[in-house]
Amino acid sequence: MRDGGGTTKGIAVRGVSKVFDAAAAAVRALDDVSVTIHENEFFTLLGPSGCGKTTLLRLIAGFESPSAGEILLDGAPLAHLPPFRRPVNTVFQNYALFPHMSVMENVAFGLEMLGKPKREIEKTVNDMLRLVRMEELRDRATNKISGGQQQRVALARALAPRPKVLLLDEPLSALDLKLRKEMQIELKRLQKDTGITFVFVTHDQEEALTMSDRVAVMSQGKILQVGSPREIYEHPAKRFVADFIGETNYLEAEIVASGHGQAQIRLSSGAQIAASLPEGGRLTGKVTVVVRPEHASLTLDAAKATFSGRLENIVYFGTDTHYHVRLADGSLFTVRMQNARGHEETDRINAEVGVILAENAAQVLRD
Amino acid sequence: MAALDLEPDPDRRPLTIASTAERGAIRRRWFLTAPALLVLILAASGPLLIVLAYSFLKAGAYGGVVWEFSGEAWFKVVFQRDIFDGTMSYADAHLSILWRSIKLSFLTTILAVALGFPTAYFIATRPPRTRNLWMFLITIPFWTNLLIRTFAIMEVIRNEGIVNTVLMSLGIIDEPIQMMYTNFAIALGMVYVYLPLMVLPIYASMEKLDFRLVEAGYDLYATRIRVFTRVIIPLVKPGIVAGFILVFIPALGAYVTPRILGGGKNMMLGNLIELQFGQGRNWPLGAALSITLLAIVMIALIVYVRGTRRAAGDHG
Ligand SMILES: Nc1ncnc2c1ncn2[C@@H]1O[C@H](COP(=O)(O)OP(=O)(O)OP(=O)(O)O)[C@@H](O)[C@H]1O
Ligand SMILES: [Mg+2]
Repeated sequence: MRDGGGTTKGIAVRGVSKVFDAAAAAVRALDDVSVTIHENEFFTLLGPSGCGKTTLLRLIAGFESPSAGEILLDGAPLAHLPPFRRPVNTVFQNYALFPHMSVMENVAFGLEMLGKPKREIEKTVNDMLRLVRMEELRDRATNKISGGQQQRVALARALAPRPKVLLLDEPLSALDLKLRKEMQIELKRLQKDTGITFVFVTHDQEEALTMSDRVAVMSQGKILQVGSPREIYEHPAKRFVADFIGETNYLEAEIVASGHGQAQIRLSSGAQIAASLPEGGRLTGKVTVVVRPEHASLTLDAAKATFSGRLENIVYFGTDTHYHVRLADGSLFTVRMQNARGHEETDRINAEVGVILAENAAQVLRD
Repeated sequence: MAALDLEPDPDRRPLTIASTAERGAIRRRWFLTAPALLVLILAASGPLLIVLAYSFLKAGAYGGVVWEFSGEAWFKVVFQRDIFDGTMSYADAHLSILWRSIKLSFLTTILAVALGFPTAYFIATRPPRTRNLWMFLITIPFWTNLLIRTFAIMEVIRNEGIVNTVLMSLGIIDEPIQMMYTNFAIALGMVYVYLPLMVLPIYASMEKLDFRLVEAGYDLYATRIRVFTRVIIPLVKPGIVAGFILVFIPALGAYVTPRILGGGKNMMLGNLIELQFGQGRNWPLGAALSITLLAIVMIALIVYVRGTRRAAGDHG
């Protein structure tokens, strides 16, 4: 068991709640959150604004203390440690660079506070500035560099003391698309090179999927699902997760038989298909099933179809095309198919078409 | 050499047709600022020039001045002539008053920083709603006349005052501690009077302090003391310096407080000046002393401006 023993490497968050006593009403920013973040992992917290991502980071960093529960680092409780005794550094949402210090002084700050010898500080600072490609601007004031450069300085400053854990709070949100893509790659490279555990916060699903080893999807102070990007995308356990990441079709169904994480379900059209079951979900009765649009295709051969409907709309997207099919129960089902060359589209709007689901395309939701 | 002239000189503006229009704009700007300039000249420079002029005139027998040039007043600021044999020596009285003024003002300012900084820090770290209440409380002493406030201090520290009465009734001391008419009394009074002037600017810059920078400091292994000295102090320094100036300068020219709490013996520059214009009937000397006070303030300000400009230039 990974969470069980006290010797687990990495961060263990156990039953943590955080209640802010704001003036009038109490805000429950985190609600009984438990999660384990492994050593050397690129772990992402993904969720909409206000779901508690920053709060969780602040608890790990030690700027706030939990109302309930505890956080362990490498098996040791962090509760009694003030932020300056935790081997954890933060890249703040707004960078929080010291305006009265130069780029170099900012990067050196943590090392100085740790009382490292001058020689070592100088060397590490140089290495860090090279790593983030900021050597030329080392003597600049931090308010006289661009947003992207500030972000890189913030990164270098947080990495310089070689923390065990680096917390990054939406560090890329202020950057334009191109720089953002570049920094995504650079961040991933840095994480691999340094072997430091990254806890990365974003509300950009694409960013989360492309960069992370594992993703935790959060909503309203709770972690809804933790898993690899593929798991999260292909096997969402909850409607919110499915909705938040990518496009989704929902089908009502009934479980006919189940076992070993798999189930036989009957759709409202009468067709019976295999579907994956979520962990801890129900094993009988009515359920909602999600199907990603790209896991379905269209056919004119009624015999092959899982179910059928009326083709209502065709939207061309360049690399692929979306087909909106109105099903018998009135719901809309989207099919996404890649555009191949020589595959000429005939206008079949309003025609009766069949939908084929790929194998393992259906995922039963827990809620 | 000619080739060098072709180098673009960022400071030299190229002569173009635009410069005529620019000149027009400059003339218009002068025109618009003229009223403000006029007020400045009449209200600030005018009186100053009169004072400066008076310092080079002869004293009238019953006050006022005689319109006759004389360097006597300036001479008397620093030197004195023996009444009997006419030998010259330093005007010890003036110099010791000057020295006391500087010393006490400096002490007052230091004490005001020591008290004002924690106060401002305390207020700035309260929740926003209660901050205004605290600031309001800080300004309450301003509602009362300075004289009354000073007499209140006197009531506290005089021999039959609250402090001595309490200490004696508790048996801690047998006879009253002489606090009135000492430098201590003056410093105490001035700290009390000028403290809000220290708290206000420090609070203003403390309130602007981005608390996330403090967190960044903690995050980067700085202990509370280190965060204080390496992050908070440098960031609120403009407020401290402003408070320093706002307290030091009026303290240097303080008049009411030393008069009441310091008595006749512990004069400060302000009292000396008042004396010359009043009982002393030596307006030129009073004027010369005023200018001296002004010069000290100016020098202090120039040193400050130089200092901050150099500090700003570090990263500029
Ligand atoms: N100091 C605080 N006092 C009161 N409420 C707070 C405080 N900090 C956060 N909250 C509340 O807690 C909830 C979670 O906030 P948090 O900052 O963790 O959200 P977030 O997921 O980081 O959002 P974003 O993506 O916008 O940064 C919000 O409802 C917020 O209003
Ligand atoms: Mg946030």
